[in-house]
Amino acid sequence: MGILDGKRILVAGVTLDSSIGFATAKVAQEQGATVLISNFGRALSITKRIAKRLPVEPPVLELDVTDDEHLAALPDKIREHVDGLDGVVHSIAYGNPETILGGKFLDGPWDDVSRAVHVSAYSLKALAVTCAPLMSRGGSIVGLTFDATVAWPGYDWMGVAKAALESTSRYLARDLGAQGIRCNLVSAGPLKTLAAKAIPGFEKFEEPWLERAPLGWDPSDLEPTGKTIVGLLSDFFPSTTGEIVHVDGGYHAMGA
Amino acid sequence: MASTEEIRSNLAEIVNEIAGIPVEDVQLDKSFTDDLDVDSLSMVEVVVAAEEKFSVKIPDDEVKNLKTVGDAVAFIERAQNG
Repeated sequence: MGILDGKRILVAGVTLDSSIGFATAKVAQEQGATVLISNFGRALSITKRIAKRLPVEPPVLELDVTDDEHLAALPDKIREHVDGLDGVVHSIAYGNPETILGGKFLDGPWDDVSRAVHVSAYSLKALAVTCAPLMSRGGSIVGLTFDATVAWPGYDWMGVAKAALESTSRYLARDLGAQGIRCNLVSAGPLKTLAAKAIPGFEKFEEPWLERAPLGWDPSDLEPTGKTIVGLLSDFFPSTTGEIVHVDGGYHAMGA
Repeated sequence: MASTEEIRSNLAEIVNEIAGIPVEDVQLDKSFTDDLDVDSLSMVEVVVAAEEKFSVKIPDDEVKNLKTVGDAVAFIERAQNG
């Protein structure tokens, strides 16, 4: 028996087995879910190889969340494998590390900022609206943020994109609530994923975390984040929406 | 246990499949980035494919040390013998 028995889950944004998406797909399968995963562009071929490392090899769908044709085709692609969805995980973000991360905040050009907001925040709305017709009451959408209430070293415009994501999630919670669909975010501590490696100065996040988080923090352990996402996908958070759940060892609650 | 040449030859096929580099160019002294123009995303895929092909784990922290084909072959040999 698992807490996702019988549930059908799309995890959008799985690249390596060191990705949060992979950890989520793994825990979801272990908890009884039927999982579909997606990625886009050149990373898709990596995802197809990595899919074989999950307990059950899931279907791999091609989905660029900024491509209207991909979004329009997604429901039919999903229906080739499952007859509906109970949960959607948005594990997608992009910011050009050369121009809008790494301490060049004051020089960040709008085109790159706009792309970051499109890929990292607006896409949650696009994915939710695309998938909502496949979902019924009790459905759950979960995205991933990195605490956007404060400024971080080097995170720069990606932090702004995450602030947009956090707001987008609240408005989705409002507008999908009538359909009984929840929308929440998980705010994880720093994790050593492929995406994190692209953040210049990422290691500056780690040390204060290790010192301050009362539960401690292991940047290479993705399972706590995967488990929490699966919890939010399950029926055990039935009245929680528009929420941001911290998976950070308690770091956010400490003043120093 | 696979010989150095067998590993190089299998690795060359992987690099060929993923990055389109002719197999005969994938020699031990060649740098993945400088000589073979394998970009970072292709390198990630080469690592994943090599892990499957050779049944080894190549930790993320190790990948940056694999500058040449010879580095990668030596790592795979050590990992298989370890």
